[in-house]
Order: sequence, then structure tokens, then C-alpha cells
Amino acid sequence: MKKTLFIAVILGAGLTRSAAAQEADTATLEKGRYLAAASDCAACHSVHGKPEYSGGVSFSLPMGKIYSTNITPDPEHGIGRYTEAQFSRAVREGVRRDGSTLYPAMPFPSYARMTDSDIHALFVYFRKGVPAASVATPDNEIKWPLSMRWPLTFWRWIFAPTPHKAITRTAGEFTDPQLARGAYLVEGPAHCGACHSPRAITMQEKALTADGGSLYLSGGAVVDGWTPPSLRQENRTGLGRWREEDIVAFLKTGRAETGSVFGSMTSAVLHGTQKLTNEDLRAIAHYLKSLQAADQSQTAWTYDPTITDQLHKADLSSRGARVYIDRCAACHRTDGKGYPAVFPPLAGNPVVMQTDPVSLVHIIQAGATLPAMTAAPSSFTMPAFNHKLTDQQIADVVTFIRHAWGNNASPVSAEEVEQFSKSMPPSDMADDTPALN
Amino acid sequence: MVKHVDAIIVGAGWAGSIMAKELTEAGLSVVMLERGAERTTPVEGAYPESIDELRGAIRKRLFQNLSQSTLTIRNTMDQTALPYRQLAAFLPGEGVGGAGLHWSGVHFRVAPEDLRLRSAIIERYGEKFIPEGMNLQDYGVSYDELEPFFDKAEKVFGTAGEAYKVQGKIVGDGNVFSPDRSDNFPLPAMKDTFSASVFRDAAKNAGYHPYSLPAANASRQYTNTYGCQMGPCNFCGYCSGYDCYLYSKASPNVNILPVLRQDPRFSLIPNAHVLRVDLDSTKTKATGVTYLDTKTRKETSLSADLIILGAFQFHNVHLMLMSGIGKPYDPVSNTGTVGRNFVYQTITSSRVWLPPSTYTNQFVGAGGAGVAIDDFNSMNFDHGPLGFVGGSPVWVNQAGVKPIAAALGAGGGGTPRWGSAYKDSLVNTYKHSLGIDAHGSNMAYRDVYLDLDPTWKDAYGQPLLRMTFTWKDNDIRMNQYVVSKIEPIARAMGATKMNLVHLNAGQPFDTRTYQTTHLGGGAIMGENPQTSAINRYLQSWDVSNVFVIGSNAFPQGMGYNPTGMVAALAYWAAHHIRATYLKSPGPLVKA
Repeated sequence: MKKTLFIAVILGAGLTRSAAAQEADTATLEKGRYLAAASDCAACHSVHGKPEYSGGVSFSLPMGKIYSTNITPDPEHGIGRYTEAQFSRAVREGVRRDGSTLYPAMPFPSYARMTDSDIHALFVYFRKGVPAASVATPDNEIKWPLSMRWPLTFWRWIFAPTPHKAITRTAGEFTDPQLARGAYLVEGPAHCGACHSPRAITMQEKALTADGGSLYLSGGAVVDGWTPPSLRQENRTGLGRWREEDIVAFLKTGRAETGSVFGSMTSAVLHGTQKLTNEDLRAIAHYLKSLQAADQSQTAWTYDPTITDQLHKADLSSRGARVYIDRCAACHRTDGKGYPAVFPPLAGNPVVMQTDPVSLVHIIQAGATLPAMTAAPSSFTMPAFNHKLTDQQIADVVTFIRHAWGNNASPVSAEEVEQFSKSMPPSDMADDTPALN
Repeated sequence: MVKHVDAIIVGAGWAGSIMAKELTEAGLSVVMLERGAERTTPVEGAYPESIDELRGAIRKRLFQNLSQSTLTIRNTMDQTALPYRQLAAFLPGEGVGGAGLHWSGVHFRVAPEDLRLRSAIIERYGEKFIPEGMNLQDYGVSYDELEPFFDKAEKVFGTAGEAYKVQGKIVGDGNVFSPDRSDNFPLPAMKDTFSASVFRDAAKNAGYHPYSLPAANASRQYTNTYGCQMGPCNFCGYCSGYDCYLYSKASPNVNILPVLRQDPRFSLIPNAHVLRVDLDSTKTKATGVTYLDTKTRKETSLSADLIILGAFQFHNVHLMLMSGIGKPYDPVSNTGTVGRNFVYQTITSSRVWLPPSTYTNQFVGAGGAGVAIDDFNSMNFDHGPLGFVGGSPVWVNQAGVKPIAAALGAGGGGTPRWGSAYKDSLVNTYKHSLGIDAHGSNMAYRDVYLDLDPTWKDAYGQPLLRMTFTWKDNDIRMNQYVVSKIEPIARAMGATKMNLVHLNAGQPFDTRTYQTTHLGGGAIMGENPQTSAINRYLQSWDVSNVFVIGSNAFPQGMGYNPTGMVAALAYWAAHHIRATYLKSPGPLVKA
């Protein structure tokens, strides 16, 4: 009897211990899942219709095409044989298990900022929380001699910080815990600068941190046909007039009173930011609002009703006004204010006033579908107009939008529109996979 | 192996979507089967393809494909019914969203006395007032019982309107005949079109009580109780027959399905034509359904504990007849319930021309917007000296006349259909005329019913449903009386010309011209299993794990558009399924 009781006690203790351990494992795995979303791994490593994280996303670089790799725990094609140290080295330092250097399409200079405990959680998630998928990564399409990877090692030595340096630097920027958390997320896992910071001719981001200078997040080069805007405090072309709650709503639902997501950022919200906690999103917003304008010369945007008054009087003499009335005003309204969070405003929208009009031209040509998000299940479509409007009409209406209601961006010519049509991104409808409504 | 789920819902329209939302909220796994194609507003509803009138209203993009299945129609029992081969008199929907995708958006509650019309008529005029052969019945549910569910539906639909009375207090210039509400409309009323404002003034001056039609067309951007968003209506006029590219017109596709699609408990199977509900050997319990994949022609059976029929009115009746749920109605012996009390609505559209200096601009419009009077609806006027049961709201509901419709509608009636006189008439009518409708009730009659056709079969080998329907004297006289009230209003509006349209004595139902898609009855709710197919919770009296949701439940055709009532009945039934049935499955009312 005593013996049985003794065994039961031992068993009970054993169970309790293993239950607690299990709970800790689950917590680590869930933390890893969260960090995978925060790091937007899916944007580059998941293709619609294939197993999650099995890679195969193509990147067109000047020297050729490369493909993202399978990061599922599959031992042959994935990272099943990576130790945690090897995993950490790949993510934070850009060094593969075989010792060669990753293309810097993998944002390891940003991921370098991730803490050891976060990297551990991420490793646990990718080993235990993601099903192994035996999917081979397509061969990169880069011709010799550019296909040789050893020059990348030099690139890495020169431009990529070591994890220790990176972690110390980002952690040392702010004493305010909310700003510090925002800095960690934005500069680290969320790697916003990969698209939103300008790059040098040698492809490294010109700044990797808030204290790296005002070029950081001041707007990047065209990605997939879209120009990433500045996330700094420029009044007209940055986030100067976005409130923190607008940024939070945008990242949580893809829509805010100040604008809606489109282009490459759609996937970043869909697979990434919408999964973050409101607390983390507020930290990101608070941090972004702390970044002073790179371009200090912008006059404050104020609403100018001149064009609205003209349209209300059926005066369509302004260049592009007729196209606007026929094609745009139903949703974006004659006053350009749209119906916030449903149909975005054009008046004062920073994307509209970007120096480079390519995003604006492309969204008119290709349209855009705002997909359903967990916290905002409705999906909305801006139709594609490339078959309905001529280059001249698109140039006219883009010019109209860029100078109406107090907007003050440069006019656009039909020749530019024609040029842009060559780099028109595929419509969201093209792969028949818009989030359903 | 037969796949098992907690609940199967037939039909992806309003009734089905509401039930799916409610049942998944209750934790049930739900499969929704839709005969037609997948339809989503960001894809199919994208501007401007979605407002192509040729594809839309003319070639009937969103409507039932009659080449696969239809029904047969005859006026009287001594005739041979023939198939309805071209969509005309009424337009059942097909595809995800169902008729809820192509409707116009008029979103009424109910006139309380319409729910107990038999009792109300007897109380006021005596039983002898009811004509011989009229199957006048009560619903078995009261307005007060349904009120919370009307309120719930309006907040899902984003309904725009002006209330009259909220919690006993007069709050606005709404319909004085409308019953008390627990809360206001979620959105302010749609603005009056010019034609509606002229009607409002003339009706008011005549001593009537004009009010803004309650419209499930969003008057502002709106986020509903499920977090689904709507854009505001811009009066483009492409409501009825179209998926609204502005996301302003409420539809299951815009207002419910976006959130359902994110629920792992929910799955939707399009192109799934349900052939029958499968019953066990006792015929008192449903075990599942059998459907045909219309693409592969492969039959599949699914099993479930609970079956919801939420197809279009007559498809629900057809499915019950095909499955052996309940006893088919026999008009000769006046026994059986399935197919009994098939009803429609009376609708006549009159046209009024205003002076050339005033512009009604018929291209402007919104499906649910307008101004109506209820002075001749329901029990709001004295039927005693008139000798008929029922009534009609009268309204100017300028829904937007599209170009092809305008061209097809011009000329005729003494005006040429070609040449300059035709063009003048077209322009004059488009710019300066307006329509006034009497949209009224239709009573149920012993020899007006639905059954299975003995001859004709659909593409899947099943007998077609047969409709035996014509206009009856009571309803013709009601319509004539109400239309006679339009003339003085039209004169007061400054009419230079009018074309008043009413039903004529002895006029048979004509399937060739559009009237309304507001079909009802055939599987009606009630308190007596001898005279109703479903109980007051819309549960089959005979097979208690089958609920039949839709306008099939209406014992009479009422003056109001049916969608608001269908939605409230769906929420009502869902509430009782969740509160009572799921805890102890079985009949909610003892037969």
C-alpha cells in the first residue's frame, strides 16, 4: 500500500514537472510563432498553394533571379539538419550551414538585432511548430561569374553588423521602454528598413537604426513596382500627419482613416503585422512617430477646397478632372476625402504626393485588393484601369490627384505612364487568390 | 464513408448565412451547400464590370439558370402546366448570396397585424368577411416576440431609415403606422431623390403620412456587428440585379460571409445542388443530405444532426416534397401542408410625367431609397365598406433606370417604338417622369398551391415543382382601390400626363413581364400542424431536426418586401435553436 502511494507520489511529481515543462515548451513555441509573424518570414518563404515556409519565392535582382529557400524542418530540402547555433548564424549573420553567405535579400543585418532568447524561440517554432515539407528550392538563375558566392562574404564583413554589436546598438538607443520595444521590433525582426530605407550602390541599407541618421526609413527604392514611402515624420510624404492610432489600425487591419495598404506591403500586413499585439503595434507607432523628418523643407499640407468647389459646380476644366469624375469620384469622392477605412482618402495621402509617381500609376493600372484581415474581415477592390484608360488619361488623372485638395506633387506625362506600364505588377486578381469577401 | 458535421445548411443566401453565423457562434461545425457559383464582391463586384447592364439585368448574370432546373406554371387546376423557360415575372437568385445579392435593399419590418391577419380580420369584421376559398391564417408569432431580431438584423444589414417610435417615445418623422422599436435605425435615412421629395410633399398635403423607406443601402460608411464594413451609397442605381461595387447594399456576401469565411467551423461548398434531405426509416428524423456536384455530376452524401433549408422559397418547398418531409398538400381534399398557401404579391407600377422644367433624372437611384405611405396598407384603413382583405403601401422608390431598360421601356401605348417620336419619348421619360408603385398583399387560396409536376423533369432527373397561381378577385379589387388613391396625389405633384396601372377583373397571372420576386408560402409557419408545415420556430412538424427558413413561412403575401421579415425569422429560429433545441433536440412545439 505504502509502496503504491510512494509510486503515485513520484508519478504525480513527474507528471507535474513534465506538464510544466510542456507548458514552457508550448510558450516558447508560441513565442516563436509570434516572432515568425513579426519577422514576416512568410512574405519571402511561403508561396500561395504550396506548403507554408517551403520557399520558392522569386526575387528579381539586377544580376539574375534568386529563390527563397525551404525553411521547414525537412532534413533534405529544409533546415532539419540545422543546429540552433547554425540556425542563429543563418538568421543573424547570413551564413548557411555549409559556410557560404546568403544573398542579402535575407535581411540578416536587421535580424542581427534579435536577442538570443528570441532566436531560440524562433528555432523551436521552425523545428516543432512547422510541418516538414519535402519541397526542393528551385536553382537560382544567376550566371557565372556572378553566381559565385564568395564575394558576398566580403559584403557581409563590410556591411553586416555582428549580433553582439547590433543588439547592443539598438538596445542602447532609447531608455523609454515603449520606444525601446518599438526600436527592437522595427529595426530587428520586422526589418522595415529592408524596403523603406534607401540602399547604396553596393546594396547595403544606408542606415540600419534610428541613430544611424535621417536616411533610415526615409523611403526606399522600387520593390516589385511599388515605391516604399518614408516612414519618418515628413508632413506631406511621410507619416507626419498620421496619428499613432492610425499606424496601429493600418498595421492591424490594413486600413486606417489616413490610408489603406496596397502593393507589396499588403502581404506584410496579412502575414505579419496583423498578428502582433496591440501593445507591440503601439510601440512601433510610438517609435515611428519619434523619427524626425528627413526632408525638413516640406510645408504643412492643408486641405484646399478649390478643386472640390469646381467639381461641385460641374467645372471639369482642370486636367484629368473628367477622368476623375467618371472613374474615381464614386469611391474617393469629389472632395478627395474618400470614405475613411473603406475607401482611402487621396487628399493629403502621403503615397499620392511621393516624388516618384510609380506607385500611384501602378495602382491605377493594376488595381489592388485589400484582403480580409482577422480584425477587419471585409475585403475591398480597387479595379484595374489599364484596359480602360489610355496612358494619357492615366497621366491626366494622376496629375489631377497629385495637385488637387492641397496636394502639390509634380505632374506626370503619358510617356512616363507608358514606361511604368512595362513594370506594372500583376493584379491581385491575377492569381485568383484575393482574400474572399 | 459519409462525412459528418453538426449542421448542414442548404443555400448561401440571407437565411442560410444568418443561420450559419448563429450556429457557428453556438460552436457547431457547419457546412453550407450552394447550388450556384462562388461569388465575392471584391472579385465579381469590382467596378465597372459588375455594372454591365447587358450581362447583368438583361442576360441575368446573378439569376437562376433555368436550363438546369425551373418550375412549371399554370393558372388553374384544369390547365396543363408548362416550364418557366425564360426569366421574366420573378427572378430567383443563384450562387453565393442568392437573392440577397441581387435584391434592391428595401428592408422593412412587419406590420404587427399582418402576423395575425386572420384574428385581426375576425375581430374587426367577423369571420364571414373572409371570402370562400381564402386560407387566411396567423403566423403564430407576434411582433413583440420578433422585435429583438428585427433590431439585430438591421444592425447587421446597416439599415438606413427614420424611426417613428423608439421605446414608446416619438423620436422622428418616421412611419406613424410602424410599431414601437427597441432602438433607432443604425444609419440615418437615405436622402430623398427629387421625385421622392415631390411625392412626400404631395402625400403630406393630401393628409397622408409619408416616410422614408427603410433601406439596407448604407447612407454612410458602416461597420456592422460582425465587423464587416460597408461603403456609402452614391445613388448609382445599380442595386437590383447587381452586386454593389460600393459595398453599400447589404448582402450576405458583404455583411456576413466575410466573417464566416474566417471561421474554421464553417465551410461553404458551391456548385452543390442538393437533391434531397435523407431521412431515416421512421421518416421523422433527417440523417443528412445528398447533393450533386454540378461540375462533375457526382453525388455525395453528408450526414448531420441538424438540417437547415435556407434555399429560395419554392426550392425549400421542392426539397421538402422531394425528401418526403411532411404531407404534400392536396387542394381537393384540402389536406396536407407542403405546397399549401403559396402566395405572391400584387404590384402595379404607374408612371407620372412632370413638366419639362423639372428633372427627375431616372438614372439616379438607390434600390432601397424612396418615400412611401402606409395609409392603405395592412389594417391601417377601414376594409368594412370595401369588402376585401389586405392592402398596399404606395411609394416612389426611384431605384435607377439603366440605359437599356430605359430604351426598352420607351415608346408603346400610342407612341412609336422607333424614330424621332420614340427618341423624344425616351428622353422625356428618362428626364421628367417618375414611377409610383402599389406594392401590395396577396392572399392565400385553396386552389393556389405548389406540387410536383407529373410530366416535366429537371436536368438531374427530378420532377419539376408545379405552380398553380392566378390573381383572385379580392386582391384585384384591393389593388384597384389603392391605385385609385394614386391619381389625386399625382395631380398634386403637377403631373402633365399619367399612366395609371392596376390589375383588371379576371386578369390571369402573366409570366412574361417582371412583377416581383417576392414569392412566399408553400411551407408556412403556424400553430396547427394540420394547416402549417412548420411550427412557430420554423421547425418541421414532421421531421424535428429540419428547420425551413425563408419566405416560404409566410401564410399570406404582405404589402412589405419580405427580406427584413425573412432575416428576423432566421434570427428568431436561430435563437430558439441555440437556447432550447441544441440542449434537448426534438420538437419545440408539441404537435
